[in-house]
Amino acid sequence: MIELVNVTKTYNSVTAVDNVNLTIPKGEIFGIIGYSGAGKSTLLRCLNLLEKPTAGQVLINKKDLTALSKTEVRKERLKIGMIFQHFHLISSAKVYDNIAFSMLAAGKTKDEIQLRVPELLEMVGLADRADHYPAQLSGGQKQRVGIARALANDPTVLLCDEATSALDPNTTASILKLLKEINVSLGITIVLITHEMEVVQQICHRVAVMENGKVIEVNEAYELFADPQTPLAKQFVQTVHSLTLPERLLKARTGSIAQITFRGDSAEDSIISETISRFKVTVNILHGQISYIQDRPLGILIVEIKGNQSEIERAIEYITIRTNRLEVLADVS
Amino acid sequence: MSLNLLNEFGIAFLETAWMLTISVTLAVLIGIPLGIGLFVTSEGMFWQNKILQNISGTIINIIRSIPFVILLVVLLPLTTFILGTSMGPTAASLSLTVAGIPFYARLVENSLREIDKGVIEAAESCGASPWLIIRKVLLPESKSGLIAGLTVTIISLLSYSAMAGMIGGGGIGDLAIRFGYYRYQNEVMVMTVVFLIFLVQLIQFIGDRAAHAADKR
Repeated sequence: MIELVNVTKTYNSVTAVDNVNLTIPKGEIFGIIGYSGAGKSTLLRCLNLLEKPTAGQVLINKKDLTALSKTEVRKERLKIGMIFQHFHLISSAKVYDNIAFSMLAAGKTKDEIQLRVPELLEMVGLADRADHYPAQLSGGQKQRVGIARALANDPTVLLCDEATSALDPNTTASILKLLKEINVSLGITIVLITHEMEVVQQICHRVAVMENGKVIEVNEAYELFADPQTPLAKQFVQTVHSLTLPERLLKARTGSIAQITFRGDSAEDSIISETISRFKVTVNILHGQISYIQDRPLGILIVEIKGNQSEIERAIEYITIRTNRLEVLADVS
Repeated sequence: MSLNLLNEFGIAFLETAWMLTISVTLAVLIGIPLGIGLFVTSEGMFWQNKILQNISGTIINIIRSIPFVILLVVLLPLTTFILGTSMGPTAASLSLTVAGIPFYARLVENSLREIDKGVIEAAESCGASPWLIIRKVLLPESKSGLIAGLTVTIISLLSYSAMAGMIGGGGIGDLAIRFGYYRYQNEVMVMTVVFLIFLVQLIQFIGDRAAHAADKR
């Protein structure tokens, strides 16, 4: 379990992380999302004290890292793996030695290393690459080496610093899949920072949204998509639900335009048809999409509701009650 | 060329080789740790130490700003104290060493700076100790730069060694001055210069090859 208590990090007069409190239970995949400069990278580095917080406490498995000496912190880091956007492998060392490095740091013997490294390579799917130099690997393979290195000492926590941001979409998907597998099979807690909502959508259980060094929203991943609380979270969600209507459609409309969010298995079709039969309105579907957040469906529909004003208002009220979430994008003029 | 001159040339070559062997070896043995020291005490590194950094940086800059001819003379008392004599190639080697150490140390520091900071950070995140990072990250990752710097150092010391004649150090450069300049034997001058050009090319060629082979990026 990871607990951050009033964590603050300032550089000279700049506050990079501003009084952050978070609790991340064991085995969770926790995402931190925000634009660059929001402080998420600094916050992540506070978790293994690559950045020493100016104030506050970082508790990992109940142990306050900020109270430890440098040597003790190094010992704790063995239990906190970390992977990076640009992999940061030792370019002069072969894949085998890059992973072995991590175990040397833990004081493991040569025999232990010889036994463990092939296991790790097998796990990340690079069994035949032990003798390659990083430069001979693709981005995805380098990240797999990074993951193997991070997991070499059986850590309880894995920190991912934009781990997929330098990878193409296919490779991103395969790395995310690997992280998910690791999370399930090893029960390891994963904290990742990203600016890609796809990452959150695919693997995160919970998400923190950061802006100007502050955590402004913490939400279940599904809830973040279904019902974002802050304007910034809404912005991020919109990057996934790219439901922008052509200007022409908005101009030509005669009714109200509403965005309806359907959660889970709520029967979307019947809500629309019931609305039409109950009220004197017509509903015209302009745009629609179903996304899957952790395999749970989330539907979004943009509709134009036509009719007289009071009927439209009643229809909107009805849909709102039935679906929990309706946003009027453009009122009837 | 007379047999006598050829003989002189052979001796001069051995003297140069002797001076370079001593000074380059010591410059490497002391320059690498010093360069690493400069790097790991710099800002943001694990042994960050502004005072140490400033003191050693200043000393290095002072030595490096003294022209070698002057350094040679200034160090005469020290040479006499350590070696019991201030004459000969071994005596000149001491001055070459003093000039070579800070020269190479700075080059070492520079090639360490070339290392991606992220790689060092990643090593720290693994829980590695500073010593392990120096041995397994800093040195291997800068190997190519260390070799390139060594090449530059050898060539610089070779050119410095020409001045060793001032204190009876001998060597190829000294031969050129004594025979070529003082005795107006232009062909000796030309011959030694051509030989030096060849030697420098050779050192550079080997250095480049080795640096390239060490670079796995």
